[in-house]
Amino acid sequence: MNPIISISGVGKTYASGHVALGAVDLDIREGEIFALLGPNGAGKTTLISVICGLVTPSSGTISVAGHDIIRDYKAARSTIGLVPQELHTDAFEKVIDTVQFSRGLFGKPRDDAFIEKILRDLTLWDKRNSKIMELSGGMKRRVMIAKALAHEPRILFLDEPTAGVDVELRKDMWRLVRRLRETGVTIILTTHYIEEAEEMADRVGVINKGQLLLVDDKDVLMHKLGTKTMTIHLDEAVTAIPEALQHWNLNLVRDGRDIEYTYDATAQQSEVPALISALQLSGVSYADISTRQSTLEDIFVGLVHAGDVSEAEVQA
Amino acid sequence: MNPPSLNWRGMAAIYRFEIHRFARTIWTSLMTPVITTSLYFIVFGSAIGSRMTDIGGIPYAAFIVPGLIMLSMFQESIFNASFGIYMPKWTGTIYEILSAPLSSLEIVLAYVGAAASKSIMVGMVIFATAHLFVDVDVAHPLAMVGFMALIAISFCLFGFILGVWAQSFEQLQVIPLLVIMPMTFLGGAFYSIHMLPEPWRTITLFNPIIYLISGFRWTFFGKGDVSIGISLIFIAAMLALCIGAVAWIFRTGYRLKK
Repeated sequence: MNPIISISGVGKTYASGHVALGAVDLDIREGEIFALLGPNGAGKTTLISVICGLVTPSSGTISVAGHDIIRDYKAARSTIGLVPQELHTDAFEKVIDTVQFSRGLFGKPRDDAFIEKILRDLTLWDKRNSKIMELSGGMKRRVMIAKALAHEPRILFLDEPTAGVDVELRKDMWRLVRRLRETGVTIILTTHYIEEAEEMADRVGVINKGQLLLVDDKDVLMHKLGTKTMTIHLDEAVTAIPEALQHWNLNLVRDGRDIEYTYDATAQQSEVPALISALQLSGVSYADISTRQSTLEDIFVGLVHAGDVSEAEVQA
Repeated sequence: MNPPSLNWRGMAAIYRFEIHRFARTIWTSLMTPVITTSLYFIVFGSAIGSRMTDIGGIPYAAFIVPGLIMLSMFQESIFNASFGIYMPKWTGTIYEILSAPLSSLEIVLAYVGAAASKSIMVGMVIFATAHLFVDVDVAHPLAMVGFMALIAISFCLFGFILGVWAQSFEQLQVIPLLVIMPMTFLGGAFYSIHMLPEPWRTITLFNPIIYLISGFRWTFFGKGDVSIGISLIFIAAMLALCIGAVAWIFRTGYRLKK
């Protein structure tokens, strides 16, 4: 299947000399939820802005739904809805007017029934005649989403959709995104909440310092880079790892009350039974054993703080 | 490659948005020119004008009508057009305009078209108000309307450029107040340059506003300080300069895109 967005060698160097994007290559598949993950200033917003026409790329090419974003920008942009990170609204406009305005801007004929449906889906219908300035922050964000959806885009960009949003609204937002995906809309969201990517994304891209470090299916990614940690809660604290367990590469934590063993959960042969036997042989008595699967967050922090990822990992 | 058709609905959306913005302040927008024009007529027309001799056979109160219309239209055009594009920049809502399937031409046509519509309306209101105070016959009505439209479009384009350039509300105000207003007052809005002694008369000829006001006055009385041909050349030059500047803004993305 052809990708709905194809980004090839896209870089952006600002006039100040700041390199916001290196040379990014990325394909977005039709109908997926793609999460672009990265710390603040990683280049997430710049990448989105380039695709949507807000920032002119310094190099590279992008095609959206088969249309080059520079040569054939009208056709490309017609397919895109953008919800920016900041709440940019026309304070004095009514909700329904601003949503109608967005639809018109994209050249679509007026469709009151469709606008009503969007406003109802976003629980904005009751507020349709309110001025935007009278709305709460969460409501304003819904208005921004309604505006982005007003022209029936095939692709929706959500730049940090849940930054500074309460838990309730965040859950709402997730439901909305899933519903949209069911209707066939491709969704690209940026976030620095790992939880969000883990919860929703089909695929995850990790970006840092303008470089796309890694792109993979979320499940594969978590599986591939996933490590597990087994914690052995000792009956009595020890001052050092017992002699017999030295070669196991264990860590003593919580003032010697716990021993931690980190292992690759995907390894062909688990070393866990052998460790437990060794524990018993060594005469260390323990009350409990717990294991924990690493989360996307651990993977992410590992990637970003490692600074650079080895070629092999990126290629893998 | 541009698709052959214009995004009419997109332009209409911006045009309606802008007209709606004006409509929110319709009373101040229309009452301000009515009141200021009335004041000018009371002060210059009745109080001082009664002691003035006719200028080239035209009563003074009638003579200042075209100048007054121009004065307001210059300000209205610059103010409305600059505000129209500055506000979305300031609030950030410009993201939507820039990410919409609209060409630069369409964006300019919509914003400048809306601002020019309003300033033509203001010009007409002042013209109507003037009739309450003096009898003015228009020698070339069609030319008058055409001239108003050209002036409105040129100054709205200029205002649009100003709005793109400005990075603060102060910068937005400084050009209309400190450049355009003095140039208009010194540009023959209230007098004929033939009333000036040398060297002022020659110096005044370097003020482009002279040619615009003179041309507009010609449409009323069939004569101006300079010939209508020269006035039209000046308007055409201004229009061309502004179109060139706008084209450059969109080609480079100056202060709109990073």
